This record gives sequence, structure tokens and C-alpha cells, in this order.
Amino acid sequence: MADKKTLTFALMDAPYENARSTTALRLINIAAKRGYDINVFAYEGAVFLPFAGQQAHPNPVHGHDAEQEDHPLPREWVEAVIKEAAKNGGKVDWVNCGLCVDERGAGDAVEGVRRGTPGDFWNMAESSDNTLVIPTK
Amino acid sequence: MKALNIIETAYRGTLEEQDDTIVWLTHALKGAGADLDVLLRANAVNYAVKAQKVAPLSFGDRQQKHGPDIANDIAGLIAKGVGVYIVKDDLAERGISDDELIDGLSPVSRDGLAKLLDGYDHVWHW
Repeated sequence: MADKKTLTFALMDAPYENARSTTALRLINIAAKRGYDINVFAYEGAVFLPFAGQQAHPNPVHGHDAEQEDHPLPREWVEAVIKEAAKNGGKVDWVNCGLCVDERGAGDAVEGVRRGTPGDFWNMAESSDNTLVIPTK
Repeated sequence: MKALNIIETAYRGTLEEQDDTIVWLTHALKGAGADLDVLLRANAVNYAVKAQKVAPLSFGDRQQKHGPDIANDIAGLIAKGVGVYIVKDDLAERGISDDELIDGLSPVSRDGLAKLLDGYDHVWHW
């Protein structure tokens, strides 16, 4: 791919708190569809985005069982963009900030997520065409 | 005991939760026997707009079956006997007309808020 890009995203928000993490994953999904190489540095609450312990639940207010509700699980979205990038000739290197993981007990992540440090974020940015920081507010 | 939930922050996490967490909480509390109402103010007045529609999200091969339907969730509160007040001034500032809204709302002006709030034992501003 002649115009293949390498993009780095720094994410900071925990799942289920706002739309920023959803927007970030939508952008990552577009990059994955284009076969780009994608780096993600998940910092602070964002380390819970790929947390393997997320479970769908029924919603009695909606009158739905778990299957009908189809509750969004960001861990599945992370897995989906990793697969999508690979399918299109790219890759996702998802790094969870190790200390952020430790202080939250968020070590159980889906496959394809690795533990790292802020130094990984620096190296990712240096090797990328551009870096998008999506901070918490 | 009678309580009023004031919802001001709108669309916070609704894509992932598939509903507004305070609208959901109000449903749950009502179901548990609570006597409470809701006041929609600021950007949350948009929760009562009928025409809003959210397409299901998709990431790679993962497709959600449906998105949030907050106007319907508000209508469901009204059907359960929860009073849903909405600040008229906030609607006007956003150019939202009455015919765009779901049925059963109780419009209130900002001038009338102090009197409204005085009718509750608890006022919870989310």
C-alpha cells in the first residue's frame, strides 16, 4: 500500500463514561479498514477498555434479556479493530500503561494487548506519521 | 419521600450504555417503589426530541443490534407515572419547538423552577 500510514492514539478515558473512547475506537476502526499500522497507548482509565472481565447483562428497564440487549463491550470492539487491521494488512499495537493497570487491578486484558510504559508511547509517536491525543476531561 | 432528579449532562456514555444512566436509574428507582420526578434542563432537553435516532455501532465485524433510544426511555418514564418536567427557556435557546417533542412532558420556565423544587423533599442534580 503506497499511502500506508502509521498512526498513534493516546487514550485516557475509562469505558462507559463518555463518548470519547467510542469516538476513538471509531477512528481506529477507519484506520484499520485502510490497513494502517495503528499504535494505541492506553493511559489511566483507558486500560479498562480491553479488560477481559467485561460482561454483557440483561436490561430490565428495556425489558431485554442479555442477548436482546446486546450490551456494548469495549473489549469486543478492541478485539474487532485488532482483527480488522490484520485482515487489511495492518496491525494494532495496543499498549496498556503498566502502572495504570496495577493500580486498578486491570491486568486481565483481551488477546493482542500488551503491557508497557510511557517510553512505549514516546517510541510510538516517533515512528508515526501523526499522533492523536484524546485526553480525559 | 418525594425526590426530583435533575438531568443536565446529556449523552454521557449513552453509546456504550445504550441509555442515559440517570434515566435508567429513575426507571429502576420507580420500579422499586420510589416517588420521584425528572427535570430535563440544559442540553438534556434534547432527550425529549422525537426524531433523534442512533444507528447501531460497528467495529470491524462486530455489529451492535441496536443503539440507544432515549426519547422512548423518557416516554416510558411518563407512562409509569413519573412527571417529566422540561425547561422551556432551554428548549427555546436551542431552537427546539414543541411539535418536535414527545407527548406528556410538563414544560416549566426558569422563573418557575424555585417553586417546582420547593415541592420535593430531595433534589438530586446530576
